[in-house]
Amino acid sequence: MGNGKQLLEMKHICKAFPGVVALNDVSFDLHEGEVHALMGENGAGKSTLMKILTGTYKQDSGDIVYKGEILEKRDEKFMLSMGVAIIHQELSYVPHLTIAENLFLGREIVHHGVLHQKEMNEKAAQWLANVGVDLNPKRLMKSLMVSEQQMVEIAKAISYDANIIVMDEPTSAITDREVENLFKVIADLKAKGVGIIYISHKMDEILRISDRVTVFRDGCLVDTFQSDEVDIDQIIIAMVGRKLTDVFPKRSVEPGEEMLRIDGLTRKGVFEDVSFAVRRGEVLGVAGLMGAGRTEVMRCVCGLDKYDKGEIYVNGKEARIRTPKDAITNGIGLINEDRKGVGLVLPLSVKHNLTLSNLNKYFKTPLLVNRKENELADKEIKELHIKTPGRNYPVRNLSGGNQQKVVLGKVMLDESEILIMDEPTRGIDVGAKVEIYQLINDFVKNGKAVIVISSEMPELIGLSDRIVIMHEGKLVGKIDQKQDITQEKIMEYVMKQ
Amino acid sequence: MNKNNFSKAGAGETMKIIFRKYAIVFALIILIAVLSVISDRFFTFTNFITILTQTSINAILAIGVTFVILTGGIDLSVGSMLAVSGVAFAMIAKVDANGEALFPPALAVLAGIFTGLLFGLLNGLIVAKAKVAPFIVTLGTMTISRGIALIVADGRPVSGMSSVFKSFGSGSIGGIPYLVIIMIMVSVIAIFLLGKTKFGRYIYAVGGNEEAARASGIPASNVKMMVYIICGFMAGLSGIMQACRVVVGQPNAGEGYELQAISAVVIGGTALSGGIGKMWGTIVGAFIIGVLGNGLDLLGVSSYWQKVISGIIIIAAVLLDRADKK
Repeated sequence: MGNGKQLLEMKHICKAFPGVVALNDVSFDLHEGEVHALMGENGAGKSTLMKILTGTYKQDSGDIVYKGEILEKRDEKFMLSMGVAIIHQELSYVPHLTIAENLFLGREIVHHGVLHQKEMNEKAAQWLANVGVDLNPKRLMKSLMVSEQQMVEIAKAISYDANIIVMDEPTSAITDREVENLFKVIADLKAKGVGIIYISHKMDEILRISDRVTVFRDGCLVDTFQSDEVDIDQIIIAMVGRKLTDVFPKRSVEPGEEMLRIDGLTRKGVFEDVSFAVRRGEVLGVAGLMGAGRTEVMRCVCGLDKYDKGEIYVNGKEARIRTPKDAITNGIGLINEDRKGVGLVLPLSVKHNLTLSNLNKYFKTPLLVNRKENELADKEIKELHIKTPGRNYPVRNLSGGNQQKVVLGKVMLDESEILIMDEPTRGIDVGAKVEIYQLINDFVKNGKAVIVISSEMPELIGLSDRIVIMHEGKLVGKIDQKQDITQEKIMEYVMKQ
Repeated sequence: MNKNNFSKAGAGETMKIIFRKYAIVFALIILIAVLSVISDRFFTFTNFITILTQTSINAILAIGVTFVILTGGIDLSVGSMLAVSGVAFAMIAKVDANGEALFPPALAVLAGIFTGLLFGLLNGLIVAKAKVAPFIVTLGTMTISRGIALIVADGRPVSGMSSVFKSFGSGSIGGIPYLVIIMIMVSVIAIFLLGKTKFGRYIYAVGGNEEAARASGIPASNVKMMVYIICGFMAGLSGIMQACRVVVGQPNAGEGYELQAISAVVIGGTALSGGIGKMWGTIVGAFIIGVLGNGLDLLGVSSYWQKVISGIIIIAAVLLDRADKK
């Protein structure tokens, strides 16, 4: 625990959104000079709690005591002025402005009503240097790599001289060297008495830099541990509420013949010479850090992007996949990480989304038959337990888990034989996750092949029969035996590079 | 966002939903009722036929524009396409000194339609294949087609039209003008196309989320091209109807019609962002504009004030629509 006195106390916070209790009686505190880590599955309530702290949301009940005073009315700007800054997980910047302009957004330095560019650029350069980044502050934000943008975001949060800094997965997109820089910055901040709330999924990071760890599950605070007295297993059990063996039901399927093989697939500048195969009745996991090129490979296999070199074989025959239609015809279905961007047409109904990719399969003429379409939709709604008031309900209004089931329903109706799942459970609650794991098992039992990409290690390890590991656009290793798959072994392959 | 609506709605609740869904139909009925009370010349068969005839061209243009807007696009060129198609049609529909038609009537109709299709294809190609923003493309073709209409017609109305077309423009069957019959046919086909065919579904999907539509194997760029071609067809058809009605092909015809058509679409509840909307809404929207204009004329409201009022109606319709969605 930090030695300093209590800086912040959030008492009995409750927050509900329509249809879901996001936070249920959560009490949380932070001391000066302390790094307090928050852990929990996506949707467990960490981000909601932080949004309440920074003034984006207002709690339904409960108090926030900051430096001994109860904060009543507040918004983001007010909280920032009170010394509460946040590094957002999803970067928010204006792409066509420079780094300096972004850093000074809303607090520009003005002399007699005119912007003082020089001074802002100089200050910006200094802030960047403080976090160990060497970038020209006059560069446009959009010209930076994601990791650099993330570092600018970090520099921005620190530049407010805040008393509390919330870091929401700050390392999800940056390189190892930058992580080390960040940790140095964190150590400096601690020494100055700044309290840091650190959200991350990375166990090793958390155990290394935090003083305390608090675990959330389904909107409740499960437990708070002293970081030097806890081990990874305890945290995981607290996070998922049971041992992982229960979450990933065992299956005993003998893998059959090869269904999909990709050979030397290359997309210039993105990934190169990637080869792997997946057999009937097995789950192949693709591991790697963010930006390793996993998603990009899958986009090519599904026809969303074009590849420059290499071949794709489906059931032993070469398949030319140039458009998503080619992929669908070859029985390849994609469950995308970006369900709102690629998976679903949000304004359309559940029914229309379910049948969107398979109208040609079920309707041979240009005409649609309402009764038949209703039957198809109802079948999937029932089979996948999609919770919706009706088939004509807009998919936009469903919860994340149910939206994801609609995406699954689509590929079920397509009768895809090869399912590619890119972060299949991102942003959905634990209950829905387990249901989706169960469905993946059913697919495999029914003789389909599944490829899973996940940045949640326990998920990847629990689901996969075999694993291939990608790093910076290349395939760097594979683990062929289920019993050999461990987090350490995967990280070893990544780190060796 | 309200999961409590999961339970079966009561009778009152059902009425509320129906009222919301058809709010614009009720608005039209109320408008007609009010005008019937305050003007004794409004609620007559002849006046209704007048309204139907006056609205037919805007309705057909608006139907074409609805397809485009549903994909998230816009077509500003329909008014000019109407003019250039009307001129092309009138030139082929001419009679010689003896009053004999120069070409078969069908050829004149084809010329008008073909011209509209051609400009629609141009819009479609540049929007869907060259991926230029539809607003810019159709702003350009709006000027281009207007220019071509003026060049070809030498700035003057093209007159001397065969009498077949004159009787089509002003004639009727069983008291219903031909123009109105065409509008009804086009409406029925458009409603069917949008609601009952794969193509219609693809339009909604492309407008709702183009990337997701593409990922679902939908030929998104072909769908986009097709809607501009349909829109061009509707403009061509309207051009012929307009020329027949006034018995000349005017290169200045249809100025500002694109905004009238867009107004009808918007009043009808279609979102400019695409993916949301109904064809019948557009048709009702066109009639709200038509009935309002007719009623205000009968009441002797100046055309200057009419502009102010129609502007207010457009904004009010969108506000109402948004309140409903919340």
